[in-house]
Amino acid sequence: MTAAENRKPKTENLRIFFTGVGGQGTLLASRVLGEAALAAGLNPLVSETHGMAQRGGIVVSTVILGELKSPIISLGEADIVLGFEALETFRALDRCQAGTLVIANTAAIVPYPVAIGQAQYPEVAKMFELMAAQVGSLLAFDAGACAREAGSPLAVNMVLLGALAATERLPFAAEAILEVIRARTNPKFLESNLKAFKLGEAAARDDGNWRRR
Amino acid sequence: MSELLQGKADERRLFLGNEAIVRGALEAGVALVTTYPGTPSSEIGDRSYEISRQTDLAFEYSVNEKVALEVAAGAAASGWRVLTAMKHVGLNVAADTLMTLAYVGVKGGMVIVSADDPSLFSSQNEQDNRYYAKMASLPMLEPDSPREAKEMAQAAFALSEELGLPVLLRTTTRVNHTRGPVTLGTLASRPGPGHFEKNPFQKVMVPAVARVAHGRLLESLSRARALAEVSPFNRVSGRGVWGIIASGVSRSYVADALRELGLTDQIKFLELGFTHPLPEGLIGDFLPGLEKVLVVEELEPYLEESIRAIAQERGLTGAIRGKGPGLFSRLYEYHPGLVRETIARYFGVSYQPPAPMVPEQVLGRALPDRPPNLCPGCPHRAMYYSVKIALKDLGLTGIFPTDIGCYTLGLLPPLSMADFLICMGSSINTAAGISRATGQKVVAFIGDSTFFHSGLQGLANAVHQGHDFLLVILDNGTTAMTGSQPHPGVTLTPPGYPGKPIDIAGVVRGLGVEQLWQINPFHYKEALAATKEAVEASGMRVLISQAPCHLYESRITGKKRQARFQVTGECGECRDCLDYFGCPAMYLKPDSGVSQMLIDPDVCTGCAFCVQWCKCIKPVKKG
Repeated sequence: MTAAENRKPKTENLRIFFTGVGGQGTLLASRVLGEAALAAGLNPLVSETHGMAQRGGIVVSTVILGELKSPIISLGEADIVLGFEALETFRALDRCQAGTLVIANTAAIVPYPVAIGQAQYPEVAKMFELMAAQVGSLLAFDAGACAREAGSPLAVNMVLLGALAATERLPFAAEAILEVIRARTNPKFLESNLKAFKLGEAAARDDGNWRRR
Repeated sequence: MSELLQGKADERRLFLGNEAIVRGALEAGVALVTTYPGTPSSEIGDRSYEISRQTDLAFEYSVNEKVALEVAAGAAASGWRVLTAMKHVGLNVAADTLMTLAYVGVKGGMVIVSADDPSLFSSQNEQDNRYYAKMASLPMLEPDSPREAKEMAQAAFALSEELGLPVLLRTTTRVNHTRGPVTLGTLASRPGPGHFEKNPFQKVMVPAVARVAHGRLLESLSRARALAEVSPFNRVSGRGVWGIIASGVSRSYVADALRELGLTDQIKFLELGFTHPLPEGLIGDFLPGLEKVLVVEELEPYLEESIRAIAQERGLTGAIRGKGPGLFSRLYEYHPGLVRETIARYFGVSYQPPAPMVPEQVLGRALPDRPPNLCPGCPHRAMYYSVKIALKDLGLTGIFPTDIGCYTLGLLPPLSMADFLICMGSSINTAAGISRATGQKVVAFIGDSTFFHSGLQGLANAVHQGHDFLLVILDNGTTAMTGSQPHPGVTLTPPGYPGKPIDIAGVVRGLGVEQLWQINPFHYKEALAATKEAVEASGMRVLISQAPCHLYESRITGKKRQARFQVTGECGECRDCLDYFGCPAMYLKPDSGVSQMLIDPDVCTGCAFCVQWCKCIKPVKKG
């Protein structure tokens, strides 16, 4: 069966939860995915956090595909989690269920209470080990390193979108996302964004990055 | 060109709810948009501003919501179609206008967007503004999605003109900040200059005129009710002996829940989009034959109480429930799982809700918080630092009434520079009350945009009454919290911004303040000396702390960082940076066993403030 035949039908409900830290580009990632879904003829909903939450705090967004009308995801109901930062990905365990696919950047951004010694950042390897035992499958790799390799440290969002596209869990092809990236990216960053996307795809094809139950 | 001006009719676009509202208004030929920014409504103004730079759309970031509503009311009285947008608490500021504008009415269509914020994502309360429609006797529409937000925004103008009344378009955060597919219609052109026709005995609300106008308003309201009965925004689906009535985004949660629970053929579902005045006939016809009815609406039991009254009038005795133990709460926004579970429980349908995993339990300990913080390089933090050190050096304890903006984040330790806050402008007046009642040393903080929004009258009062406190105006040159909108005091404006700047110090002097200090908070020595003087003085005095928002300045001017700084050598037992400053660029060297601070070069903005008071911090290199 080819990847295209294997692809899920457009009516399948898919709840994708994005989580990260202010400045990581989570909102752009969810928007790009939503635009790609719209271009593919779907009825996506994208919900975003604005305002107070963006001052160095946690930024979450969602992309909802299929026949669902609700723009947000309740606890325990995400089909896919896209985690931009290790601790925030683990915190989103409460959105997961036994079948959830988690795609995670293993890089850490230390929150202020940890930076000043008032709290301890949990060991990253341990968080992902615990998480892998609870969810359907976990794809975890250093997306920050991929972004730097692509020439743009801020392109973690493109790396993760590439990884998501390569999992074949979306009801449309990677090309639909690339099309939006090409149309929306500042030409100055286009090359590095496309490279970041490809590195994300490659990371998803590397079995060493996967932990499946 | 703005995205909202692009695209052909019938094309689908992915719009934020707020963008959909602007597009709907443009398709209706809106001629003027006014607003004061406030989450979750801000993008309505921001997109309208962009469009006003590219077309003949008139737009203003008004000084506050009352001003925005009144400017719009004048234009609507002159025949223009107008839209004014604000967050829910903004309508409190404009409420005086709203109540009597309903008597005066409009000629051109007028849409008032009230963006409510259940769960208080970015607000000081979660009031339910649907009651404003009821209190003011105005028609109200409540969309469930960006698609419907556009349809309603567009339809509201015709509705407004048909009734001669402003229409309230009441949204919630989940509609404002959701992107969804919107089908484009055709952009309408604007009519050119309007014309104000004199008719003082209908438009000047003295008692004799207003007595008549109130009667006219109630007649219009009764015509509005007839329109609600047949409105396409109110509709019934499904069948069965159980019923659900819902409005707003809750309708989406119900629709998903009915499908997931397999109940679409067992439950009759009344979706209400035109929610004031309520279609009593439609509701009265929906209820008979239903054994039990569930009302799903976020926040207050606005629909529920009216629906019970309708049932009572018709002698219907089936259960009608919404809020209560085991059912829905008046607190916070709802979500799909909550609505699904409550529907199943209320109707006795078997359903096993998912048992969410608890990350803290899986890890076996609490996860570190990630509180929002003032940005690195923020001038507010520098000013707070000087006030903290001044008070410490003088051996004083300050009480800090604060106001609404980024600087409210000064609440969090280590800054801890916020003791009392109610709403926009409350810093100045509550400071007066606290100082009068206690004689304690009171230092109040207000931002520049908030000062123009609702600080001017308070300052005039404080001067006139001879109150005794220090007011610090934190002037960062923009309305930073909501996305850097301009205001009358702006020093850094977006390219082409036409507004005339007003000098804050001139305003303060003009209001009669005789003791005034003006500092750049990043010049530590001068800032500290001035702060000490200002704190120690008595009577009504003002200190203006002026330095641009770092984020905004670098975006507007492209200004790059001049230098980097680092802690060189062992810094020992001093904890001043940790205890008084709290810059996100600073961190404790991990596992060093000693108190050793370091500066993250990727986060440091090079504001060069810390280097002025810490002898261990040195510039490292350019770039």
